[in-house]
Amino acid sequence: MTTRPVFPFAAIAAQEEMKLAILIAAVDPSVGGVLIFGDRGTGKSTAIRALAALLPLMTVVKGSRYNLEPPADGSVETEQMRVPVVDLPLGATEDRVTGALDLERALTRGEKAFEPGLLARAHRGFLYIDEVNLLEDHIVDLLLDVAASGENVVEREGLSIRHPARFVLIGSGNPEEGELRPQLLDRFGLSVEVKTPSDIATRVEVVKRRDAFERDPAAFVAAWRGEEEIVRNRIVSARKRLADIKVPDPALEQAARLCIALGSDGLRGELTLMRTARALAALDGDSSVDDQHLRRCAPSALRHRLRRNPLDEAGSTVRVERAIAEVFGA
Amino acid sequence: MTGDGPGMDFSPWALAASAAALFAVDPSSLGVALRAAPGPVRDSWLQSLRAMLPASAPVLRMPLNISDERLLGGIDLSASLNAGRLIASRGLLAEADGGVLVVAMAERLGALPNAVISASVDFGEVALEREGLAGRSPARFGVVALDEGAGDDEGAPASLMDRLAFHIDLSSIPPREAQNAAFSAREIAAARARLNTVTVASDMIDGFCATAMALGVQSLRAPLLAIKAARAAAALAGHNTVNDDDAALAVRLVLSPRATQTPVADSAPEEQPEPPQEPPEPPQEPPPQEEAESKKPEDEDISGPLEDLLIAAAIASIPRGLLEKLAINESRPLAASAGKAGALRKVARRGRPSGVRSGEPRGGARLNIVETLRAAAPWQTIRRHARAEQKTLPEQGARLEIRRDDFRVTRYKERSETLSIFVVDASGSLALNRLAEAKGAVELLLAEAYVRRDQVALIAFRGKNAELLLPPTRSLTRAKRSLASLPGGGGTPLAAALDAAGALADAARRKGQTPTIIMLTDGRANIARDGSAGRGKAGEDAIASARLIRAAGFAGLLIDTSPQATPQAGAIASAMGACYLALPYADAAALSRAARAVL
Repeated sequence: MTTRPVFPFAAIAAQEEMKLAILIAAVDPSVGGVLIFGDRGTGKSTAIRALAALLPLMTVVKGSRYNLEPPADGSVETEQMRVPVVDLPLGATEDRVTGALDLERALTRGEKAFEPGLLARAHRGFLYIDEVNLLEDHIVDLLLDVAASGENVVEREGLSIRHPARFVLIGSGNPEEGELRPQLLDRFGLSVEVKTPSDIATRVEVVKRRDAFERDPAAFVAAWRGEEEIVRNRIVSARKRLADIKVPDPALEQAARLCIALGSDGLRGELTLMRTARALAALDGDSSVDDQHLRRCAPSALRHRLRRNPLDEAGSTVRVERAIAEVFGA
Repeated sequence: MTGDGPGMDFSPWALAASAAALFAVDPSSLGVALRAAPGPVRDSWLQSLRAMLPASAPVLRMPLNISDERLLGGIDLSASLNAGRLIASRGLLAEADGGVLVVAMAERLGALPNAVISASVDFGEVALEREGLAGRSPARFGVVALDEGAGDDEGAPASLMDRLAFHIDLSSIPPREAQNAAFSAREIAAARARLNTVTVASDMIDGFCATAMALGVQSLRAPLLAIKAARAAAALAGHNTVNDDDAALAVRLVLSPRATQTPVADSAPEEQPEPPQEPPEPPQEPPPQEEAESKKPEDEDISGPLEDLLIAAAIASIPRGLLEKLAINESRPLAASAGKAGALRKVARRGRPSGVRSGEPRGGARLNIVETLRAAAPWQTIRRHARAEQKTLPEQGARLEIRRDDFRVTRYKERSETLSIFVVDASGSLALNRLAEAKGAVELLLAEAYVRRDQVALIAFRGKNAELLLPPTRSLTRAKRSLASLPGGGGTPLAAALDAAGALADAARRKGQTPTIIMLTDGRANIARDGSAGRGKAGEDAIASARLIRAAGFAGLLIDTSPQATPQAGAIASAMGACYLALPYADAAALSRAARAVL
């Protein structure tokens, strides 16, 4: 796609919660998407764009336009490709999202040929929506539908196409631009708040790295290659270990207790909290989930699932932290 | 800027002209927000900018109501049909590549163009996924946002402002002062060539960051933009390294206009030399009015003469009155967004057209015939073939085959509908004296709502709970009827009533309506939320429920129906952030005035 060098993931200063959430989603896509909301100029888009370069390659059926996973028996030719991180630009039309008939071939040869859309490109990867709160409602509905079913169905000109479309939805936005519909909010497994760092040393570091990158992108990327490799290896080994991570009963009980204390709706919060904690344990190289994993990922996994209680003047982050202190002890 | 540069002259026009020159040196990194009414001053600024840019650089003006297609690019349908192959038309953003995009009336810029422009500024390219076209085109351009906003509330979107280096206000400059460009296009071109070789010392970057902090500038884009501006200034002045003058100019132009607090640098302690090896304290966010002493030694690296110099430059150039304005803005409540007029929404059936989307003309949506034909045009060959093969349908007649998929409907923006939720106290305390009068007041307000074609809903509360007597409707008759048959007597479950009103308002807001809560009560709650009797608990619950409504940001009006104005009702009104009106003083005219103010 784009040949311009992207800012390396490892070089993003501060914003630990955001980076961790992205890594967790990369280790276990089933946590179900990441929502990043917060201040301007905190490197939200930069982090997502950096993700593509960070992830290890994946194996697909050779020439597949749908990033299909090759069958295990080795009966088809395969090739390696980058894990797709597909941008859903604002102003995208529906036909480009779902895919539609190839207009060019219809015009030139009068043929019906399906041209896969962004959903096909994002299969087994990430679909990124910047300014997600500005996205048109009908596109949002469509995305939710596909994200829920894992399959995209297009019917046009007597052609019926269905192809798998499983992707991690990543949305970013600024709360000042507008709120997110509750249905969409709930679709995201993790929700991260980003704030501009307020200590001067971090701020200086952010500015210096950014400036160095813009002055000489290639050299900057080269200088960070080693760090980038470390993060990549962390993801690869965490993925391998993920299935073996144990979730002992006490951890499950603690998670349940936390969700009850917060009054978060439904079981989704608990499930996400468990999966997130497991991915975090895998990233840390631990063999089983314990309290500190739960503590660290509870804010991201739960803060957007709280029933709104404006009686409590504190924001949802504070409420989650309070509940953590209650359940786990200070 | 030694001697001959414009940096020594700090009159408003000279600063504006300096910004134009620096912008001309590095348009795609820097950017300008130009606040001015249309007029000779703005024209000469734009002219002098044009004169400094290379002749080949496009300077394109983006009109306010540009279509998505024109902005991003799309299919040139007539050319495509004629040529028999796909011909794309470039969007304005791609056309502006290498030049300058002038955004007209930026204070009214829509969310989508704003987001798209911002993304192009960040990544230097525009992504297109429209109507069979996909791709990225380079879009590295400088942005000049023309902001004609009048008051303090009006202005270009904050996310765009954050990305623009220079925020210039030309409105105070008399036309005679606006002269020609300070630099020739040749000088600018030379500076452009030098730009990449200009270096910035590390402590200079520290200085920019520290100055930004001292001025209370949160965004990290600001110091980055200041660095770039300083580099452009150095290139223009012929320096290889950014020197103090370049940096001071950058601070004046980039950081000062963003200041949200006065740096505490003009006091005496600034002059005390800091011990250079003092261990850095863990830097915390300094509260705005912190003492100078505690602010300075945050980090040994960044304190020093340079920062002092930059801060001094910043102080000198902070526009007077700016900080007072900011203080006012911050004290504004967060939920003030609940206006009296319906909020703008896009899924409307009438109002101003705003784009087209595919969909069927159902539920009142209007078919856009031209766009539907456009959508159908490319598929005609295929469809004709298909029809010929099938032979099931007679071929006669249909020259143009239009299918359901082609339907395009016009989207509209309009003010959303308002829902007035009447919450009427029918408890014993009220029934005794004034239920009839309360009913009369509601009828008056209903008439008001009817004139505005608003929806109304009616909640009555008495005994142990609140009851939705009338779900949202536009029928005035029904409202009157259910009001007339409203019996009185029993306790006052105020908390339950407020909760019910809040829930209904929340549901209405989710449907895209703008709810307003109109409460008629004497405020003497005596039934708590759990149904138990007792004034103390009931009062607390009522206040708590009222706060919920305020926090949700619903607009409200509380009409005190007790014979004398009571503190309880006033307390409820202020807890729910509603206007308070005592019925004893309210005749029909006063009531309808109050309703107009809130509805």
